[in-house]
Amino acid sequence: MSATLATAAPGREIAFGRWLETAAAWTLGLLWIAPLLYAVWAAVHPTGHAARFELLAPLTLENFAAAWGAAPFARYFLNTFLLVTMILAAQFVLCTLAAFAFARGGFRGASVLFALVLVQLMIMPDVLIVENYRTMRHLGLVDTILAIGLPYMASAFGIFLLRQTFRQVPKELEEAARVEGCGTLAILLRVYVPLARPTYLAYGLTSVSYHWNNFLWPLVITNRVETRPLTVGLSVFASTDQGIDWAIISAATLMTSAPLLLGFLLFQRQFVQSFMRAGIR
Amino acid sequence: MRSRTTLHAWLMLAPAMVLLIAFTHYPAVATFWDSLFSTPRATRPARFVGAENYRALAEDPVFWQALTNNLIYAGATIPLSIVLALMMALWVNGKIAGRTALRMAYFTPTVLPMIAVANLWLFFYTPDYGLIDRITAALFGWGPTNWIGARETALWAMIAVAVWKEAGFFMIFYLAALQAIPPSLHEAAAVEGASRARIFFRVTLPLLGPTTLFILVNAVINGFRLVDHIIVMTRGGPDNATQLLLTYIYEVGFRFWDTATASALTMVLLAILALGAALQFLLLEKRTHYR
Repeated sequence: MSATLATAAPGREIAFGRWLETAAAWTLGLLWIAPLLYAVWAAVHPTGHAARFELLAPLTLENFAAAWGAAPFARYFLNTFLLVTMILAAQFVLCTLAAFAFARGGFRGASVLFALVLVQLMIMPDVLIVENYRTMRHLGLVDTILAIGLPYMASAFGIFLLRQTFRQVPKELEEAARVEGCGTLAILLRVYVPLARPTYLAYGLTSVSYHWNNFLWPLVITNRVETRPLTVGLSVFASTDQGIDWAIISAATLMTSAPLLLGFLLFQRQFVQSFMRAGIR
Repeated sequence: MRSRTTLHAWLMLAPAMVLLIAFTHYPAVATFWDSLFSTPRATRPARFVGAENYRALAEDPVFWQALTNNLIYAGATIPLSIVLALMMALWVNGKIAGRTALRMAYFTPTVLPMIAVANLWLFFYTPDYGLIDRITAALFGWGPTNWIGARETALWAMIAVAVWKEAGFFMIFYLAALQAIPPSLHEAAAVEGASRARIFFRVTLPLLGPTTLFILVNAVINGFRLVDHIIVMTRGGPDNATQLLLTYIYEVGFRFWDTATASALTMVLLAILALGAALQFLLLEKRTHYR
């Protein structure tokens, strides 16, 4: 874009403007990455160096070992892993079925039900913690991993996204499959789901990162090490056990974020492209 | 035939609808119901009190402070994060040096857990030896500032973290929209001799309208939902200077276990979100057409 624009004004001003813009962009970029860079710096140096910046400070991995040993992080990792997998699997199944029904439409009550689904886009379970806690207590589910995931499994965002994708599938493909003797479910699984793969990837990445990072509801509903996800575990760890040992807190922080960061590095191209294809414009 | 289609559709919808109703619609309605009763205690069951909880809220200075704070918080994070996101997307979409690295830098905060982020920013904000105080001391010779411990700065310190966290996420949507704009449009405008600013305001920005609306909706929701860092960094303090509606709901509902007041508070939050939804619906009707 900028290249075509450059022709419009005198050269020197443009060059200076371009330089200024690059500088601004990089300053902002530096600001945005600084906390992470700082965390890496603090985590790989001995405690005393967290607040001092000497290039030749000795390197160490001891902070990671200390953090890992100071709290049951292995258990927290397992809990978060179970939670995220459970939510994603349930979301894929529930949202696929619902989105398929809405995409085909033509049944009684379709528009009313769809409007009911869309309500959740605005009123998310995150703000209904008081009442949902009460429900979980009645169900006897307080302090279980299932209770953390249950309110999020039927996701309006997922249903909406998949419905938009399914509607773009050409009717001819479905008719061809029907001629070959496929039933409704077979058509969904063999025609629609494979064609929506980019949407599933985009939605899956968003969902995993959302629930990996979710904090308030898990904080409310869990009390024990056996159910706490990483975020709650990290907050308990940082607030009580450590005082303010920044080196160890930084190491713990990096550990909990590492899987997501790695996933993002691996998938960032797909992530951006999937969102473009998913039709959120 | 039609009744069979309806049966199939309802069967496919049933599991999702049951969960949606159980954890979104029912709690929204039940919250209203509970807000009309007193909090049940061990010695005394809940009794109907009508609007009493709301009257108590109206006389609660902390509630008004939380509401004001939340409006400032939303009012600042929404425009700041959207404008920054647009700037980032334009830069990363252009021919700037090192755009891949830049895009990653901008997006990284999105994948970091807010709790992890809160720990890091806590250190940045530490008086005297925190990073921000060192920089302001070196550049302007300022003395130590207790960024999150002082009433005047605490809310803005929280706003900064929220904007930092959100902007990169919104950038992705703008980037997707920018890449979907055919280059021929800009070329045509450039050939006509339009200035850069003119092309941006006349060609690019209108085409980004639907994306901006989508982002706006998300930003509004986040303006009332994104409180994780506040719970960890300040717990609503100092002296309720960073208390927002959701943090206050958490405090009243799960520290004081006063569920009746928490329900009334939730109703206020729901009313604000419903208002947002209504506005969005009106705007959507006008601007974009979902098929």
